[in-house]
Amino acid sequence: MALLTHLWTTTAATVLDVLPIVAILVFFQIAVIRRRPPNLRRMVYGFVYVLLGLTLFLVGLEEALFPIGEIMARQLTDPDFLGIDAVGVSWQDYLWVFAFAAAIGFATTIAEPSLIAVAVKANQVSGGTISVWGLRITVAIGVATGVSLGTFRIVTGTPLHWYIIAGYAALILQTMRAVRVAAPIVPLAYDSGGVTTSTVTVPLVAALGLGLASTIPGRSPVIDGFGLIAFASLFPMISVLGYADLSAWRRRRRRARDAEQQGRKT
Amino acid sequence: MLAGFLSLLRMVAGSLRDLAPILLVIGFFQIAVLQQPLPHVERIAVGVVLVMIGLTLFIQGLEMGLFPIGEAMAQALARKGSLAWLLAFAFCLGFGTTAAEPALIAVAAKAARAMADAGVIAADEAAQASYALGLRVTVALSVGASLVLGVFRILKGWPVHVLIIGGYLIVVVLTFFAPPEIIGVAYDSGGVTTSTVTVPLVTALGVGLASSIRGRNPLTDGFGLIAFASMFPMIFVMLYGMAV
Repeated sequence: MALLTHLWTTTAATVLDVLPIVAILVFFQIAVIRRRPPNLRRMVYGFVYVLLGLTLFLVGLEEALFPIGEIMARQLTDPDFLGIDAVGVSWQDYLWVFAFAAAIGFATTIAEPSLIAVAVKANQVSGGTISVWGLRITVAIGVATGVSLGTFRIVTGTPLHWYIIAGYAALILQTMRAVRVAAPIVPLAYDSGGVTTSTVTVPLVAALGLGLASTIPGRSPVIDGFGLIAFASLFPMISVLGYADLSAWRRRRRRARDAEQQGRKT
Repeated sequence: MLAGFLSLLRMVAGSLRDLAPILLVIGFFQIAVLQQPLPHVERIAVGVVLVMIGLTLFIQGLEMGLFPIGEAMAQALARKGSLAWLLAFAFCLGFGTTAAEPALIAVAAKAARAMADAGVIAADEAAQASYALGLRVTVALSVGASLVLGVFRILKGWPVHVLIIGGYLIVVVLTFFAPPEIIGVAYDSGGVTTSTVTVPLVTALGVGLASSIRGRNPLTDGFGLIAFASMFPMIFVMLYGMAV
């Protein structure tokens, strides 16, 4: 019964959430384009599928995975579990927290629907050169690194902006290199930063940040609790550009080796 | 009939694979690290089934609905040849989808409380509510503006990295002038603006536009809109923090 109520309220919330989008699409279709789009019926069915799918997805997450994830985040950051007292916190005591942050960052990113959408589109547009799973795993590694480093920052209490600025500097250097060796991937790499932080990742990562900030003495949840999401969107850009660079390098090396073998044959 | 059933089964299995890492992580940490039994196993099972069906439907609907809608509208507006309508569409899509975004509403309320605690704004309810609303409108405006610039970039064929690097330099410079309480909020606001329905639509808009303009490549020119939509809010929120 509670599940049915939950289903119903989530459906209502999702519909309300999507209403402005539908209104904009319908307005431009009727007032500006003034032509019936091809396969209208199929599109409407598709939209309904998306709504229904998103609702079931959210209800399932909220029923099962978010509560456990949040309890676990709280238990892992509990000073009793970590075996520390209030004074003299050292970051070595938090190794399990960093491991959990990385693992949950990776796992939630693999399940992130927005990332699936972008990966599918990138695969189609690139004619199959960019593999759906390759992109998803690379982005997930980026999020794992980012969230883990973000929890390290909360534990050590170092200023957020130094990490972010260092990350941007790395990103700028990588971009300057990527423009020469792997230019087509650059816009996609930037996009993968924005899509990682959506329905699945944000609630669990936010719970982790809040749990940490409220159990470590001297941290404030309202100031130190923020910022984890920024890590989760910065590092995927770095990991995707890094992967593009790596595969460009491997391609070059293979070509050089082939050329060498060719030379030996003749 | 059988073929249809088999392909459905394959899709549901695919969704299970998407979900497996979360289940493994939660199971491992619960049993091996925290050394506790999994609570409410039947509730988890129901939830996992719902998530699997939901993800399958979503991916199906993506290919049938959101991608074709975004691409068809981008192409129709491009064919119409009216720059003003195209930019208006981009702005409305950005503003409309962000203003009502639940994640943003939550972050704005939290930020208002943080600012009241820090004594930047008055601690009463009305001041916090108006601060939160102002923040939401700021972020929504910034996402609208970012899509306008992003679409304009596709039309002009400007390289995305120059604009993005320039934008991040502005972010870094503003960080030193904005009040410290707003910085975490500003950095996070870039991540929360892109919802699950917006991302496929905006991606399809960019790719559809790039593929309908001669001389543009859907991969190099079509992507990048989401990057703008994640960067602009950081700049606008820090400016808002400095102005208020």
